[in-house]
Amino acid sequence: MNVRLYLWQRLTAALMLPLLLTHLVVIFYAMRKGFSAADILGRTRGSIAWALFYGTFVSAVAVHAPIGLRTVLIEWTPLRGRSSDVVAIGFGIVLAALGFRAVAAVVLP
Amino acid sequence: MTATLDVLLWRGTAEGSYRRYQVPWRDNQTVLDVVTWVQRNLDATLSYRFACRVGMCGSCAMTVNGRPRWTCRTHVSKVADGGRLTIGPLQNLPVIKDLVTDMQPFFEKWQKAKGTFAPSKTRIDPIETIAPSNPARLAADAAIECINCAVCYAACDTVRWNENYLGPAALNRAWTLVNDARDAGNGERLTTVAADGGCHACHSHQSCQEHCPVALNPTASIAGLKRRAAQAYFSGAIKL
Repeated sequence: MNVRLYLWQRLTAALMLPLLLTHLVVIFYAMRKGFSAADILGRTRGSIAWALFYGTFVSAVAVHAPIGLRTVLIEWTPLRGRSSDVVAIGFGIVLAALGFRAVAAVVLP
Repeated sequence: MTATLDVLLWRGTAEGSYRRYQVPWRDNQTVLDVVTWVQRNLDATLSYRFACRVGMCGSCAMTVNGRPRWTCRTHVSKVADGGRLTIGPLQNLPVIKDLVTDMQPFFEKWQKAKGTFAPSKTRIDPIETIAPSNPARLAADAAIECINCAVCYAACDTVRWNENYLGPAALNRAWTLVNDARDAGNGERLTTVAADGGCHACHSHQSCQEHCPVALNPTASIAGLKRRAAQAYFSGAIKL
């Protein structure tokens, strides 16, 4: 962990916190209202606001988690240097791909 | 109180085992007294390191019943678990023999963290006046009493997991110099401590301050370095 990775990890954590809390509130709201999947998709599809909300969240996760994983790999596995970087970056790309695919599934009309 | 201590001492190098000794249990006996008694009375081949015997030199640190301690300042009565003592070499350092560790990696990291004072003046210049109330001086004062016994280094999880991590003592030393108005080496120092293996690798487990025999708080020093290095990175004063 160097200062650049440290700052990216902290900044993305600060970004994710309000997004995560909002996400949880939305889940409780949808459950209490008894929304069906169709009701939810009716609200999210075509919504630029929800696309930005979850797009930002996925972006932050795809940066935040690989930095932590890189530290875990260095401390708990024999991987070092370039190999730990490659695995962490690969993990970030997978997270971003899965995350944006999920966002696309709920916001694209 | 039983009259005899059941003492297990590490014998060997990285490969080795604990060997059992029976040692008379006396009043006001330190762990260092126990080790010395074994070496003088039972096994002259036992290797261990000590110098001052009064908690000034930091030479006699060992692992006592699982915790890194100065053996000269640890009374048996405080740590003997039912009359049993298990004494090994400090962790996170190569073992030379028995209870003696190789301190070279510890001091190499101390130097790598630019723990050496870099003078900014010559002998002709007037002496820098620093008020005792100066905040930077107070921060340096709070961390300055380290005697490099490596107890914090042996207690640190991050040192154990990441061989490149500079460790609490080296970073604590760097923090004292970062706060020294007379020092001219902070550009290079902050660049080093902001790199991989530097202050940002610390997980703030706080084992260093929990175990420090002189009650220093290297975790706080490292937190200060994290802030200072981040500020320097944002301002462009350091580059990775």
